[in-house]
Amino acid sequence: MNMQILIAGFGGQGVLFAGKFLATKGLIEGKNVSWLPSYGPEMRGGTANCSVIISDDPVGSPIVSEPNCLIAMNLPSLRRYENSVVPGGMILVDSTLIDEKVERDDVSVFYVPATKMAKDEGFATLANMILCGKLIKESADMDFENTDEALKKVIPPRKANLLDINLKALKVGYEF
Amino acid sequence: MVVFEKPKSLTDVPFHYCPGCTHGIIHRLVAEAIDELGIEGKTIGIAPVGCAVLAYNYFACDMVEAAHGRAPAVATGVKRAEPDNIVFTYQGDGDLASIGMAETVHAATRNENITVIFVNNAIYGMTGGQMAPTSLPGQVTQTSPYGRDVNLCGYPVKVCEMLSQLDGAEYIERVAVNNVKNVRNAKKAIKKAFQNQIDKKGFSLIEVVSSCPTNWGMTPQNALKWLEENMIPYYPLGVYKDRSAQKEEK
Amino acid sequence: MTEKVLMKGNEAIAEAAILAGCRYYFGYPITPQTEVAAYMAKRMPKIGGVFLQAESEVAAINMVYGVSSAGKRVMTSSSSPGISLKSEGLSYLAGSDLPALVVNVQRGGPGLGGIQPSQSDYFQATKGGGHGDYKMIVLAPASVQEMASLTVKGFDLADKYRMTSMILADGTMGQMMEPVSLEKVEATVCEKPWAVTGTKGERKHNIVNSLSLVPEELERLNFARFERYKKVQENEVMYESFMMDDAEICVVAFGIAARVSKNAIVEARKKGVKVGMIRPITLWPFPKKALLDAAEKAHTFISVELSMGQMIEDIELAIKCKRPVMLCNRVGGMIPSPNMVLEAIEKADKGGRK
Repeated sequence: MNMQILIAGFGGQGVLFAGKFLATKGLIEGKNVSWLPSYGPEMRGGTANCSVIISDDPVGSPIVSEPNCLIAMNLPSLRRYENSVVPGGMILVDSTLIDEKVERDDVSVFYVPATKMAKDEGFATLANMILCGKLIKESADMDFENTDEALKKVIPPRKANLLDINLKALKVGYEF
Repeated sequence: MVVFEKPKSLTDVPFHYCPGCTHGIIHRLVAEAIDELGIEGKTIGIAPVGCAVLAYNYFACDMVEAAHGRAPAVATGVKRAEPDNIVFTYQGDGDLASIGMAETVHAATRNENITVIFVNNAIYGMTGGQMAPTSLPGQVTQTSPYGRDVNLCGYPVKVCEMLSQLDGAEYIERVAVNNVKNVRNAKKAIKKAFQNQIDKKGFSLIEVVSSCPTNWGMTPQNALKWLEENMIPYYPLGVYKDRSAQKEEK
Repeated sequence: MTEKVLMKGNEAIAEAAILAGCRYYFGYPITPQTEVAAYMAKRMPKIGGVFLQAESEVAAINMVYGVSSAGKRVMTSSSSPGISLKSEGLSYLAGSDLPALVVNVQRGGPGLGGIQPSQSDYFQATKGGGHGDYKMIVLAPASVQEMASLTVKGFDLADKYRMTSMILADGTMGQMMEPVSLEKVEATVCEKPWAVTGTKGERKHNIVNSLSLVPEELERLNFARFERYKKVQENEVMYESFMMDDAEICVVAFGIAARVSKNAIVEARKKGVKVGMIRPITLWPFPKKALLDAAEKAHTFISVELSMGQMIEDIELAIKCKRPVMLCNRVGGMIPSPNMVLEAIEKADKGGRK
């Protein structure tokens, strides 16, 4: 496997955390992984994206410039990265925040109203994990194994109370 | 019977200082204080850039030569690494109050447990008599040939007055070495500055108002007279801050 | 082997430094290396170490000078503009033959530049930066694992040769996370009889000093120092050789540029192009011999850099200008894409077959 994942959205949407979760899951499964955030001068707002690579082979460049999986959490991110996805790749769209459609027909597209679903479930900030759940479901190279363990590694002990809702968000996305 | 001898904390290397220069007196006072407190074996001195650059050859304790103005930062490093040792810096006015102002102020405000000996002779001596941050208004130097014009160059920096405003600093005193009485006071102040460090009280700075006959262009006697008539009125002697004493009063 | 954990490059440096026995850190905030300071601020008080946020980079490097004078392992970290400020101290550390570890997580320049990754401090790191004749051991990690292992190595080399080791990383290396295994390191203990720790009345006073007013003496010190540097050049060169056995084209790249180049080389090999890479791990000492040997078979060299072409000069010197050296570069915080490197390789391939 060689998953080249790009997660993009606004700062504050949990883009980096989602990436860290996926990379950690890959690490637990014995894959080669890398995680690279974009970083800018602003601490809040602004755009955020992160490159995650999960691969059987050693990771060369950690920069994902041609993703085979794009998670777009706002419209500017979708428009900016849509065309960089390799043919046959997949795009996951948070359709609560993005009301436009993907213009390509050579990629698989999944529209997930993740922000609305998160709100309805009572964990408004976890649209990121709902989208991760959907990615796990749709990717041929991933399954739901080890999600619990990966969450335990990325959620610090002092925030252990957030474990359950993160797991739930992943499930909600997985079952969507 | 020996009635007067060289302090143990000075080496046998002859001073290179000009005739009439007060660095010799101040070196001796520092060495006497170290001897009397019995701390020679655990004292580490930081030498400056300026006339006292070779101080590392004169003090018999371990010595580090710092870059210009950086002695308080170097002293901070040494003291943090060797907290049980006694660390002092010996700096001139250009070193401490011009290029090294940030290091001075921040070591003071951190109440870094070090002792700073600050020799203020209102001129850059080693480089040949240029205007110092402490040169007096109107003072003629190589780089203020028409006298220090405060409209162009600003006013002298009053280090003790300034540092005494900081909550952090423990002890700030200004002394002079122009007569026997003042030398005695200076000795007392320097010893106290070391004792404060032994007692872990924090940052102590002793400013020593000094002369530079060579670059002032005066005989040693006239230089001391000029010091008394011009320097001391501008830089009044006395204790500017003594945090422990203030606490006791309360 | 210990368990692998996912860590940021900057954090890996900090943790590795602690494992290597460093208990003193001085720094000043600057993007993109602030995680090093933040990590140290958290950890040092808990293990009896010292973390101090200095008033400036100038002060920080002089605090390093102070701790090193006292014979303890010490480090500072910064990014390009901050390293310029530290350069005064780097020269003094060299002049006083003091060991230290300095980390430069490079960003684009000159001036304030930007905050995105760069390799444009190559000259500053390998040729000096501060005044006077001196060298630093310059280590260029290309993975988070190397951020950790080269930090440990850097401390050891610094103590061994009484000089500064610099970790020359970039914003990508600092910010990225990869699995790291932090093995228990036996902190090498190096005798430092020259350190100022107080004479205790038992020895002559030690003097840590870079001033030497007698020209004959200063010359002697410089020659002696360069004898030591020569040993470093003989013994401490490190590089990775990737697909070089039959390579007719030799890519030379370090850090993030080497990571990108690897992708391009793998692609080019699929197309039948005989290309490989020499990745310098020590930028000083530079792997001159490996490159000169490569020039026997390779008809073209490509220097892939995040600068206007700095390392390329060392490549040309190393191979004595026997072969052409092409430059493939992006600057200002931009990183060459694997495709860009691939195009350069294909261009070199066509040129070589003419």
